[in-house]
Amino acid sequence: MKTAAWKLRSKRVNRSLFGDLSLFFLLAVIGAFMALPLIYTINNAFKPLDELFLFPPRFFVIHPTLSNFSDLFHLMTDSWVPFSRYIYNTLFITGAGTVGHVLLASAAAYPLAKHRFPGKGLAFSIVVLALMFSSQVTAIPNYMIMSWIDWVDTYWAVIIPAFAYPLGLYLMKQFMEQIPDALLEAAKIDGASEYRIFWSIVMPNVKPAWLTLVILLFQLLWGTDGGGFIYAEQLKPLHYALGQIIQGGIARAGAGAAVALMLMSVPITLFVFSQSRIIQTMATSGMKD
Amino acid sequence: MESIFSAISKHRHSYILMGPYFLLFILFTVVPVMISLLISFTYFNMLEFPVWVGWQNYIRLVTDDEVFIIALKNTILFAAVTGPLSYIACFFFAWLINELRPKVRAVMTLIFYAPSISGNIYFIWQTIFSGDRYGYVNGILMKLGLVLEPIQWLKDPQYILPIIMLVQLWLSLGTGFLAFIAGLQTIDRTLLEAGAVDGVKNRWQELWYITLPSMRPQLMFGAVIQITTSFAVADVAMNMAGFPSVNYAAETIVTHLIDFGTIRFEMGYASAIATVLFVIMVASNLIVQKLLRKVGE
Repeated sequence: MKTAAWKLRSKRVNRSLFGDLSLFFLLAVIGAFMALPLIYTINNAFKPLDELFLFPPRFFVIHPTLSNFSDLFHLMTDSWVPFSRYIYNTLFITGAGTVGHVLLASAAAYPLAKHRFPGKGLAFSIVVLALMFSSQVTAIPNYMIMSWIDWVDTYWAVIIPAFAYPLGLYLMKQFMEQIPDALLEAAKIDGASEYRIFWSIVMPNVKPAWLTLVILLFQLLWGTDGGGFIYAEQLKPLHYALGQIIQGGIARAGAGAAVALMLMSVPITLFVFSQSRIIQTMATSGMKD
Repeated sequence: MESIFSAISKHRHSYILMGPYFLLFILFTVVPVMISLLISFTYFNMLEFPVWVGWQNYIRLVTDDEVFIIALKNTILFAAVTGPLSYIACFFFAWLINELRPKVRAVMTLIFYAPSISGNIYFIWQTIFSGDRYGYVNGILMKLGLVLEPIQWLKDPQYILPIIMLVQLWLSLGTGFLAFIAGLQTIDRTLLEAGAVDGVKNRWQELWYITLPSMRPQLMFGAVIQITTSFAVADVAMNMAGFPSVNYAAETIVTHLIDFGTIRFEMGYASAIATVLFVIMVASNLIVQKLLRKVGE
């Protein structure tokens, strides 16, 4: 069993066997703690109602069933806002917000990374400062602005601010700095305009970076409940609907468990398929000042 | 004047490319911060025009709002516990995971990162800490005979804060964690070998003298993210403990802000709370960044 799954990478210098074993024991124990609620969510979604309320409670499902999912769809087709509408709302908000952010943040990151012009330093330091506070600080004036421009109760109140989220610009700029200047010079000599260079040379070269931005924004928007801007029931996202079902208590516990699994599995699947690319981006972007 | 115009027109492509992003950034981030600062010196109820009241909101906050003092205490306690813990955890687990074989590393990364990306499903902790005997913690404790009656975990002020801290820690291995994993992979292996030749004796010395200094940019980035999240805790508190929570045991600066901003419509007062939070966040970021410059020296 030389290649036992979690044997260490190699005989590295400065590693004692005892140290290895105890540190990885710790990693395994805490890893189990991290994974428990996730495994629990998966199991719960397939538990029949009587198993959900067993005493003493059981962690794993005994007789798996799909009835929670069919209950959920029954429940939701009966409601005056069909469940598919919540799914559509979340998909639309997530999709539009992510695409817009990647485009705008990349366009803004390119000059910040590669051009010299007055105001560049100031612009970037404001974005870095903006990383330091959370959205709640500006929630009230944001609401006022939204109501002045009449965006309260529209998707745009959630989507458009996401376009200008600071983290994406920050990562994108750091990544674009790695593109060799010679490449851009060559294009310029061949007569390409700045926009052409951005679109045909810079963007294809930072593919892993936009994948990272896609994942980050997707996560952010997928979990949104409307952010205090959306009140119309037919515009509410999935996360909000979930909250309603959960508050429905015992009768809806099964349906709630099913939605939870749905909400959880999409971003995780996305991450699984893009993991290596993301880490590569974070690694090469270096996050240098 | 002329030179400004010629500079702008010379660099117009840069400004045009940055334009859309920065317009929105200014409209939805910079302007709101300014407005919030201004409103914090007024009495404003959203219906009438704001009335200038000077420092009155801030004075009331400090001298006449017992709940704010609780919120401040909770937030600082929270940030002091979960901030450093989650930061260290992010780094420590990234560091350990980095020593695994690539496939195992991918799986472990997923397990540790999954809670923070799973679309806010932390409410499952509500079931786990549910106050009846079907709650998992209660069920297990009763089965083992450790308690006879179910404990109202989320209604008893004594338990609320630690439980929220636990859930927040579970959620906290996010962007910072990912940045650390990536940073560790960029460290030059020859540096580590050279270190071994020069007398680095164990993994802890290697960590302090080689690994940490080479990761300074990621450490800064991670610190900003972790500090900001640990001061801004609200969603988890409101969802787990209810809003308002029993005896305000889970009140934080942000939930207090939400209370005055969206329920009582005292916008001036709420903005003063937001300003205090902003100042605390920036100040602690600056202090931590100063400390981080000393790493490995």
